[in-house]
Amino acid sequence: MSRELVVIGSSWGGLVALEKILSALPKDFEMSIAIAQHRSVDSGAGALSAMLGRHTALDVCEAGDKEPIEPGRVYIAPPDYHLYVEQGSFALDVDDAVQYSRPSIDVLFDSAADVYGDRLVAVILTGANQDGAYGIKRVKRRGGLTIAQDPATAVKPDMPAAAIATGAVDRVLPLDEIGPALAQLGARQTDGSRA
Amino acid sequence: MAIDELTRVSDDLERIEIQLLLEGIYQHYGFDFRGYAPGSLKRRLWRRAYAEKVDSMSALQTKVLHDPEVMERLLLDLSINVTSMFRDPTFFLAFRRKVVPLMRTYPFVRIWNAGCSTGEETYSLAILLKEEGLYDKSRIYATDINDKVLERARAGGFPLERMRDYTENYIRAGGTEEFSTYYTAEGETAYFDTSLREQVVFAQHNLVSDGPFNEFNVIVCRNVMIYFGKSLQDRVHDLFHDSLDHFGVLALGHKESIRFTRHEQEYEEIDGPEKLYRKVGA
Repeated sequence: MSRELVVIGSSWGGLVALEKILSALPKDFEMSIAIAQHRSVDSGAGALSAMLGRHTALDVCEAGDKEPIEPGRVYIAPPDYHLYVEQGSFALDVDDAVQYSRPSIDVLFDSAADVYGDRLVAVILTGANQDGAYGIKRVKRRGGLTIAQDPATAVKPDMPAAAIATGAVDRVLPLDEIGPALAQLGARQTDGSRA
Repeated sequence: MAIDELTRVSDDLERIEIQLLLEGIYQHYGFDFRGYAPGSLKRRLWRRAYAEKVDSMSALQTKVLHDPEVMERLLLDLSINVTSMFRDPTFFLAFRRKVVPLMRTYPFVRIWNAGCSTGEETYSLAILLKEEGLYDKSRIYATDINDKVLERARAGGFPLERMRDYTENYIRAGGTEEFSTYYTAEGETAYFDTSLREQVVFAQHNLVSDGPFNEFNVIVCRNVMIYFGKSLQDRVHDLFHDSLDHFGVLALGHKESIRFTRHEQEYEEIDGPEKLYRKVGA
């Protein structure tokens, strides 16, 4: 089946990890990407997307409420909001932090799993808490492909380790192999079909 | 059935149960949550379910339909949104700098604060207008779906412990006075001056089901529509468009936008990042 959306969850150490992954993606990357990076409330509006945008050929922006999900674009959850995936568009809310986090990776992954099912890829990266472990189980149950950063390559291993411990992770990859793996999933084959 | 299949069935079943619950609430109580954004709605419904010690949406439906007090609690869950005074201070700063000059040109200003909740935003607007010398020629209509919440807003009392944060917000929002002059502390509550309520009318209004009730120069509706699904948002935007004078100002929440709505072309940006728009289309 072809994958259409990649959801990525990252926390402590995530900036460098995201730069590395996004820089490996080609301009004609076909999937949409939604990222929940734990960030402080005071994070400057647009600062993260501007920063990441410098390291990739793809357009990077902060997701707005009801913004359509377009292929080949990278959407970042704004600081202090939860990012939900709905049919065809994103939704935001400011409900309670989940596992002390807002944006919550579990919230992003859970809602993406509901809508995208087996057209979804979920990636858990470096972090010091357990956010995303529940979400990755939900993704797997709905047929999504689940990837965790090898904890040995992570600035903080707890988050990917917690995801792996659920038994719901399909592939554990060192950081520098994640970008190429996604590039392959999101590439169009020469005969016009998807990988 | 394979585990995937079982999962799909149970997730589909939950979807059906939620639909039935919302339909039941609508038919029995008249509150229409059917158009709310599904992701955040589901989370709030489950929070209420855990609090009521039930483990399915069907069980929650039984409780809600047969016990009005459970409905009260659910209504509070669904209609109380996180709010604070001078929330997003840069918004109020932009309002002072860009909307207030426009308001000075009117002999009288009618403002609709839609979805005012417990009133933090309303009192913030009142304070801002007082400081800009516009309060006496303004009238603020502060509306919300929930009567109990409006009662709190009318009382004008907020937890004293929040005043430090609110003071900081107030200063960053361009406040010109000592914030503490606007309230008196009684025990653990800060009561805001009754003079701030003179030009304010708190009234019940349901954005989902009620129609226009006046024409306004300014509509402030922030972080309310974020909880609505797309087509409900479009309908509320219809309502706002009908309720705004030509060149009237619409103010939305930080992450909300006129983009992706069907009235996008009928507004011009006064301040894009702060979500301040002016109606230019008929």
